[in-house]
Amino acid sequence: MTSTIGVARRSESSLLIAWAKRALLVLGLPIVLIVAWWLATANSTSFYWPPLRTILEVFGATWFEGRMGTDVAPSLVRLGAGYALALVLGVTVGVAVGSSPTLRAVVEPVLEFFRAIPPPVLVPVLILFAGIGDGMKVLVIVSGAIWPILLNTVEGVRSIDEVLRDTARCYRFRRRARLLHLVLRGASPQIVTGARQALSIAIILMVISEMFAATNGLGFSIIQFQRSFAIPQMFSGIILLGLIGVALSLLFRVVESRAMAWHRGLHHTQRGGN
Amino acid sequence: MTEPRQGTDVTDSSATLTDPAAPMLDVRGLKKVYTSGKRSVEAIRDLTFSVGAGELVCLVGPSGCGKTTLLRCISGLLQCTAGEAALEGKRVSGPPPGMAVVFQEYGRSLFPWLTVWQNVELPLKEKKVPRAERKRLVTDALAAVGLADSHTAHPWQLSGGMQQRVAIARAVAYEPQVLLMDEPFAAVDAQTRADLEDLVRSLWQRLGVTVLFVTHDIDEAVYLGQRVIVLSNSPTVVLEDVIIDLPAERDQLTTRSLPRFAELRAHVYERIQQAKGGHRPAGVESDA
Ligand SMILES: Nc1ncnc2c1ncn2[C@@H]1O[C@H](COP(=O)(O)OP(=O)(O)O)[C@@H](O)[C@H]1O
Ligand SMILES: [Mg+2]
Repeated sequence: MTSTIGVARRSESSLLIAWAKRALLVLGLPIVLIVAWWLATANSTSFYWPPLRTILEVFGATWFEGRMGTDVAPSLVRLGAGYALALVLGVTVGVAVGSSPTLRAVVEPVLEFFRAIPPPVLVPVLILFAGIGDGMKVLVIVSGAIWPILLNTVEGVRSIDEVLRDTARCYRFRRRARLLHLVLRGASPQIVTGARQALSIAIILMVISEMFAATNGLGFSIIQFQRSFAIPQMFSGIILLGLIGVALSLLFRVVESRAMAWHRGLHHTQRGGN
Repeated sequence: MTEPRQGTDVTDSSATLTDPAAPMLDVRGLKKVYTSGKRSVEAIRDLTFSVGAGELVCLVGPSGCGKTTLLRCISGLLQCTAGEAALEGKRVSGPPPGMAVVFQEYGRSLFPWLTVWQNVELPLKEKKVPRAERKRLVTDALAAVGLADSHTAHPWQLSGGMQQRVAIARAVAYEPQVLLMDEPFAAVDAQTRADLEDLVRSLWQRLGVTVLFVTHDIDEAVYLGQRVIVLSNSPTVVLEDVIIDLPAERDQLTTRSLPRFAELRAHVYERIQQAKGGHRPAGVESDA
């Protein structure tokens, strides 16, 4: 009568081996690529392809002697603000649109249109409206990151189980509980999918917005290095961006795996029929 | 509402019937036609019956005859096309307080992101039951359905039968006046089904709640009910309202082997077969 609740406990040593295998699988290719890069550029005298060793040597001096505060932090603040705003707006509008068939019929084509516009082309337009300050950069991030969140939320709200909706009605859930326990939780798998797509879009737009018009930031720094032919520094900036992207997506996964444990469990124990 | 009483408090089934209280649930001339675009499906033609306070009535009818539709109309989830359902004399226009439903798709009716405990507790929070009282009700309800050890499990970690128990516990903890159950045991194995049938009877006897139990299984209807309302195939009408004069103390083995049980079952079966053959109250063409 009982179904499996989890995987049976494995012995410690086999767990260690499994863990090592996983680590090898995850880290294997990056290590190979880094080694290949290192070897390929080791004796490079090309101005545009400095040895990886040189890049790593300038890394510390470039970023940890002041730029963390003056460039990296402002970039991350813009990213955080834009991403958070996109989440709040996207989920709010998405819930509203997803809950109302008429609203959906009216706005869905428009939403698809806006989603199809590549967000970077909005940068010049937004500069006209919002100037070249932080506000503009946050807006650029929002303007691109909001769409996957919004559209996925609409889809998520739409696909909430009818029986679950009926249950909430029967037990006379009030607005707040309906929203929290039925709509948001029910749509959360799709919201998370949208949020994951939005995260990479937000990082891209953070950099792009800083390349257009800025006085600080990661994107600004990288462009500055390029213009002043500080090629190793430029590459170190690109590496830092990559590392930030990886760190954020890891953070995202941690949050996701906590919030969506039920969803994974549900999938693993896919019951048949009703 | 009534406290769960200790011991057995068995009311004689015929006594309840000869002393009809004001109907708890009244269905009058209920008709439901689904229309989508130009197509329309007459799911229910004309149903009239009532259920007295504290009764356990079974509705039996073939699959697709509109049983779920009927329950959705009674519980206010669906607008009926004509006629009405009334709870304690008040016309149902939306989900009324004091009514709980156990759905046919029980697995889908539980919130997968909540634990068993939270699933049972949430409706009580919405009903503004104080915390201590809530705790008592949830504990009692889960114990009553034999799930005292599964508080922290999530519904999808449980078997089908256990999920159904959670749905029942949630309904019971809610302390409804009327409990509607829509083919709750159609998808569980035979042994679990027998256990759950007995669980429903014992809960009903303990709590004094009014139960309308829908099933397509004639045996189950006769075994459980004080009355069995027999529905025709679609378009649906009431064929007969059969009083089940079996002893109130029922038992899977002895009750089911009583000659009277066999008679009643045969009687209900015949009525449904006749209806399929076209014998039914005037003016209804069979399209099954
Ligand atoms: N939402 C709906 N739209 C159109 N027809 C429906 C809908 N729900 C049920 N029906 C039809 O109504 C009839 C009765 O269905 P239902 O109430 O589910 O029967 P039962 O529960 O007795 O099996 C069936 O013919 C079914 O196809
Ligand atoms: Mg049904």
